[in-house]
Amino acid sequence: MKRLLSLIVGLLAVCGLLAYTSQSLEKSSGSTGSKVLNLYNWGDYIDPTLLTKFQKETGYHVNVETFDSNEAMYTKINQGGTHYDLAVPSDYMVSKMKRAHLLQPLDKSRLTGWGNFDQQFLNQSFDRGNRYSMPYFWGTLGIVYNDKMVKASDVQHWDDLWSPKFRDKIMLIDSARDIMGMSLVTLHKSMNATDPQTLLAAEKRLNTLAPNVKAVVADEIKMYMIQDEAPLAVDWSGEASEMLAGNRHLHYVVPSEGSNLWFDNLVIPKTAQHYNAIYAFLNFMSEPKNAAQNANYIGYATPNKKAKALLPKAVRHDREFYPDQKTIDHLQVYRDLSPSIVELYNDRYLEFKMHH
Amino acid sequence: MRAVTKRRTWLYFIPYGLWLALFVIAPVALIIYQSFFDLGHHFTLGNYSTYFQSATYLKMTLNSVWYAFLITLFTGLISYPTAYFLHQLKHRQFWLLLVILPTWINILLKAYAFIGIFSQAGLANQFLTFIGIGPQQILFTNASFIFVATYIQIPFMILPIYNSIDDLNPAFVNASRDLGASNWQTFRRVIFPLTLPGVKAGVQAVFIPSLSLFMLTRLIGGNKVITLGTAIEEHFLTTMNWGMGSTIGVILIVAMIIVMTLTGDKKPKGGAPR
Repeated sequence: MKRLLSLIVGLLAVCGLLAYTSQSLEKSSGSTGSKVLNLYNWGDYIDPTLLTKFQKETGYHVNVETFDSNEAMYTKINQGGTHYDLAVPSDYMVSKMKRAHLLQPLDKSRLTGWGNFDQQFLNQSFDRGNRYSMPYFWGTLGIVYNDKMVKASDVQHWDDLWSPKFRDKIMLIDSARDIMGMSLVTLHKSMNATDPQTLLAAEKRLNTLAPNVKAVVADEIKMYMIQDEAPLAVDWSGEASEMLAGNRHLHYVVPSEGSNLWFDNLVIPKTAQHYNAIYAFLNFMSEPKNAAQNANYIGYATPNKKAKALLPKAVRHDREFYPDQKTIDHLQVYRDLSPSIVELYNDRYLEFKMHH
Repeated sequence: MRAVTKRRTWLYFIPYGLWLALFVIAPVALIIYQSFFDLGHHFTLGNYSTYFQSATYLKMTLNSVWYAFLITLFTGLISYPTAYFLHQLKHRQFWLLLVILPTWINILLKAYAFIGIFSQAGLANQFLTFIGIGPQQILFTNASFIFVATYIQIPFMILPIYNSIDDLNPAFVNASRDLGASNWQTFRRVIFPLTLPGVKAGVQAVFIPSLSLFMLTRLIGGNKVITLGTAIEEHFLTTMNWGMGSTIGVILIVAMIIVMTLTGDKKPKGGAPR
């Protein structure tokens, strides 16, 4: 009994000490108070030195909270009780949030860096006229291959993946929209197809790919590809850039016949409170020098034209992550489909996954 | 005097009652409630009719039950002899502790450890290369999925079986031997029937969670094994069709009740030999 009591007292003392330390640490870094900005971002999706620089220049301290899926972020903002000033949804999620009245329009008169953006990455279908969103990064869907096991000329197009040579060699990213989209492209259909017959055809087409599919996995793809577990993967450019940094035999191809073009965007959710800080941050991030530094750190493609010009030549001319104009012209942005169509995509995709 | 005790007992019930209401009854009620709504928040029985009319879901259910059955079977085949053997040992509490030890480690960490062991350059393949068979594809196969799931579930099967063997009165075993029964006959007629409640409890503890495993199906099975757990995850996170996700949840709860009834004690308690 005495031992139990001392154990409990000891545990309470440790908890108290930890709470005190964390609070005093937080105070010294100044996260409590009115000169703050609450940023709700994907994990490791901003260069931390930029946050320090921003605080030095403007005095606003940035609190970063992270999420790992658009849906999780949506649910958290929708349920309320949060005070995020800025969030970073992907394209289709911007229109979904817009329709749910979770966003506030951008006050363009307070934005100084708008002219720095490349026109072709503005005014997209998910937010015409960019009333609510400022592009943060963009990217594609493509094929990652390992040059030790696969010849570059063998994997330039989606159709190449169906080759009997690649039996049990391909890893797919576990995302209904992307894998169904890939299949739709090979059938010369839109990646936003809504016709049930077309989607059924896309599933049938995927079923013929099944013998070549080694696994349908998520983030682990990066680890597997870096460790030479599989010679081929279908994944997003952002993930690919991390893989390429980890294994010099890996390369990334965006098939020129068409693929997805995705955007992550800065938006102001309904929960925002610190408007001066928000606009200071948006302007800070659209300054070419800062955007370039961020792009260098994250490794994704920046929609900021002037920032791109500041990037090292090798990056700027990297066809893997800044594809040529012909390829860009064939890229398609996902439209926010109605829930019943999204359901259809997922059902067809589940069927394909069960086909093995 | 009696009234006071009664009120006291009632007071003691409050924490348990609150816990039961908040964390058991309310969530289950919410799931059942949600399962009657479609995407537009209209009341509907459509989710259930979709479920029973869709070949996808029925096949998935069959898959889940089949894999859960296999996992339970293998777990049982390993656990019963193990528990029996552990019980004969001298420092049995220590050996039992070693069996329970892996449950202190997070399941995700264990799954990642197996990825390392089963991968192309992993330990298992190094061994196969060493004995001359050469590297094989181990990850993303049904066998590796069942192997890892069995490994994870084993402690939950060993414990109840061990306890029931512990409860077994040695006098019955001795009596059986004295009356001329062989070892096999003693096991089949005396030991196994008397430890059956432990096996049943183990089956309940293993079968139900195995029905809805979902992280393992992706990490180890490479999504080549699809279970109801995968579907629930997808409905809550991707399609955001909570109604359909809840419907599958309700079906899992019903499956659980069926398994409980099948493996539960039919006879009233009381005359347990001790």
